[in-house]
Amino acid sequence: MAVEKRVRFRSAWLPWALVAPQMVIVLVFFFWPAAQALYYSVQQQDAFGTSVSFVGLDNFRALLDDESYLASFKTTAVFSVLVASIGLVIALVLAVMADRVVRGAAFYKTLLIWPYAVAPAVAGVLWLFMFAPSIGVVTYALNAVGIPWNHLLDGTDAMILVVLAAVWKQISYNFLFFLAGLQSIPKSLIEAAAIDGAGPWRRFWTVQFPLLSPTSFFLLVINIVYAFFDTFAIIDAATSGGPGKDTAILVYKVYHDGFKALDLGGSAAQSVVLMTIVIALTVVQFRFVERKVNY
Amino acid sequence: MVENRPAATVLSHLTLILGVAIVAFPLWIAFVASTQTAEQIVQNVPMSLLPGDNLVESWKLSLFGGQTQYGSKLPPAAPMLFVSLVTALTIAIGKIAISLLSAFAIVYFRFLGREIVFWMIFVTLMLPVEVRILPTYQVVSDLGMLNTYAGLTVPLIASATATFLFRQFFLTVPDELVEAARIDGAGPMRFFKDVLVPLSSTSIAALFVIQFIYGWNQYLWPLLMTTSEDMYPIVMGIKRMISGGDAATEWNAVMATAMLAMIPPALVVLLMQKWFVKGLVDSEK
Amino acid sequence: MGAISLRNVEKVYGHGPKANKVIHGVNAEIADGEFVVIVGPSGCGKSTLLRMVAGLEEITGGEIAIGGRVVNRLEPAERDIAMVFQNYALYPHMSVFDNMAYGLKIAKVPRAEIEARVQKAAKILELGALLERKPRQLSGGQRQRVAMGRAIVRQPQVFLFDEPLSNLDAKLRAQTRIEIQKLHAELGVTSLFVTHDQVEAMTLAQRMIVMNAGRMEQIGTPEEVYARPATTFVAGFIGSPPMNLLAGSADGSRFTTGGLTLALPAAAPRGGELLLGVRPEHCEPSPSGGGWPLKVEVVEMLGAERLVYGHVGDAPFTLRIPGTDAPPRPGDTLPIAVGSQHLHWFDPATQQRVG
Repeated sequence: MAVEKRVRFRSAWLPWALVAPQMVIVLVFFFWPAAQALYYSVQQQDAFGTSVSFVGLDNFRALLDDESYLASFKTTAVFSVLVASIGLVIALVLAVMADRVVRGAAFYKTLLIWPYAVAPAVAGVLWLFMFAPSIGVVTYALNAVGIPWNHLLDGTDAMILVVLAAVWKQISYNFLFFLAGLQSIPKSLIEAAAIDGAGPWRRFWTVQFPLLSPTSFFLLVINIVYAFFDTFAIIDAATSGGPGKDTAILVYKVYHDGFKALDLGGSAAQSVVLMTIVIALTVVQFRFVERKVNY
Repeated sequence: MVENRPAATVLSHLTLILGVAIVAFPLWIAFVASTQTAEQIVQNVPMSLLPGDNLVESWKLSLFGGQTQYGSKLPPAAPMLFVSLVTALTIAIGKIAISLLSAFAIVYFRFLGREIVFWMIFVTLMLPVEVRILPTYQVVSDLGMLNTYAGLTVPLIASATATFLFRQFFLTVPDELVEAARIDGAGPMRFFKDVLVPLSSTSIAALFVIQFIYGWNQYLWPLLMTTSEDMYPIVMGIKRMISGGDAATEWNAVMATAMLAMIPPALVVLLMQKWFVKGLVDSEK
Repeated sequence: MGAISLRNVEKVYGHGPKANKVIHGVNAEIADGEFVVIVGPSGCGKSTLLRMVAGLEEITGGEIAIGGRVVNRLEPAERDIAMVFQNYALYPHMSVFDNMAYGLKIAKVPRAEIEARVQKAAKILELGALLERKPRQLSGGQRQRVAMGRAIVRQPQVFLFDEPLSNLDAKLRAQTRIEIQKLHAELGVTSLFVTHDQVEAMTLAQRMIVMNAGRMEQIGTPEEVYARPATTFVAGFIGSPPMNLLAGSADGSRFTTGGLTLALPAAAPRGGELLLGVRPEHCEPSPSGGGWPLKVEVVEMLGAERLVYGHVGDAPFTLRIPGTDAPPRPGDTLPIAVGSQHLHWFDPATQQRVG
């Protein structure tokens, strides 16, 4: 929907005054820092932090050579693929079930969306508590069936923990969108398929799933962005990026290198890389999903 | 429901109940833990799945702080709740106000640089705070806003999602309404106040929920720029409580605090569920 | 006081090589208290013209004056006008009372006065019981009345109506038409009414402006426009079924068209190529047997009348006869007669009336 509004008010100064608050904040807190990140990404601070010198793309090259950075990239990729796929599948199953039931649909819906309100940090703490190596309830259950669990020592266990926490939090969001997507499919299509002899399983794969693809694609992008950025708190709360660096996703590394290790140039370069990834993902989303960006 | 397959219906309900149970499980555990004492949690492994009787004590300890059994001093959660509340409300209300004004200007005026403004706002969609933390921290520090409410809220207030949502909505308001208002003698701001804003109430409600939760759940940013305990939001405060390791942590208080941290946003979502769901789904269209 | 003056009014969209002129030099003087209808097909520019009077469209050429004041540069609210929109344009979140009171509130009219005016308008339009309702609780006809009420309470110099009946069903349209007529009789405010429906135009107008492709084809009373259409467009637009037009050449009392030579009851105003126009209701089957040969093709029975479709020569021709007459059969050739006062002559080059 892109009809240019033909009705306008006439004023020379009013529109400027109206956009001023947002513009000021955007300029001061978005563009200026972004520009600074770009600036520092091509600078190198000396050992005492007293001066900077231009080093071109050295910081970026250093990143490519840095094993821990590449490892972080891999960690992030694994993390986001797991979070996105598991989160989407579970939410889809729940949404399909919720779409089917007639009674209690509202009840289920209410109970399934409240985790949206939970802070990622709190989610991290909750799951940490359940999986705490010595006192966690789930740990006990796992041990009882012979599965040892210690995410403080085992990197894989740590990854599983943060993936579970991240997925748990994201289910409600995905569920809402899948449900809305399913409910917007005209009932007549499903009825026609049933008359044609397709059972529920077949109907799902041949009618509902294809028609959900815009929603699915949209959610895929959103989930990946979520996994990249919004999960910082979960990681910090549950594992602090550890053990070692096993759960240090990219954004965590930016934080760590910038604030703990105080590596200005490297951290800025990492920020720039992240910015590029986000921009690429957003462009993909608008190009293929929204198919319309207009004034 | 197309056919009558009782088995499938039963399966659906079972799956949903399972889903609800999994989703609710961590919450239940947290609640149970908050009703026991720290010793009980640590010593009775596994922790009982039924509530204990230490509810009041644990929650009091969490809210008001005090000495723990391990000799450490627990900071009170009550002030942190207050900080979170102020932050969340400021961010929600601030974002809505600013975005209403910007969307109004973009849709209803023709001015030089309108397209530039539009794209500038659009670009901010691609710059979540996590991506620009270091330099943004620098700017806030230079402006002397560290450890202040202003610093906690202002950098997070200029959002593109709210502006776009309102813009989308404004485009559906019929032109004739604007013309009738013009003939009635309403100037632009009058029209905005008397007609546009009341008509936007559903979008405003939905955005309020989303932004309140966004503000309440902020973690990384407060972590960076608050330095004194009295400015910690509760979501941040929780993490700091668990740094002592499994055994030394006052888990009952931690879980009580976690519950306190979850209640206000959950209330907002549940009370405004209808608008929230509509707004969330519509905003991405 | 509420007179409207349109002097050489023009509207151009865009500029330079892509400029698009949609209104070409409209001139009209509308007296205070007159009810004038602007009628024409879709896209003829009638709404644009109305909106220029309202101040919702910029006037790119010429002048518009209301009550003697040139209003080109004035905002709508400053022109002392009120408008009734096609889609009612009621504020959805305000009650009927608030909808009507809004303009007065902005003009800082005292509360008591607002109350009085709204109640009076509500009484005239029978909206008294609906004052506290919201627009979505009203029917289309009720909403339209609220829109009119909103215009009435402002007590303006001029009422502007932009196709207000188009969204109503046929029965409601007829009813609302009558209400508008009564309103005008009671309030006597200068009114400009835009419609594409010639029936509305004929029944409501004291005078009407017929527009086509941005030009004013004729301005006159309904009787004038019907009896003496100034152009072939007006001739075909006003009156249903439309006037029959035959192209041919005239020579005194003979008219040659499509291989036929027709005898004319009165001499043509000049010789040469001409367009001859006759309304379907002004012909009748010739009593004496002589007359123009109408080859009958289709006969429609409408109850009180019959419509006979066919050709005279190679020109399509429609005839209207009373329903009680014996119907002609398709394939017959029916001789028809025309009264001398019912001939219309037009110049084929200019489409203008001749004589």
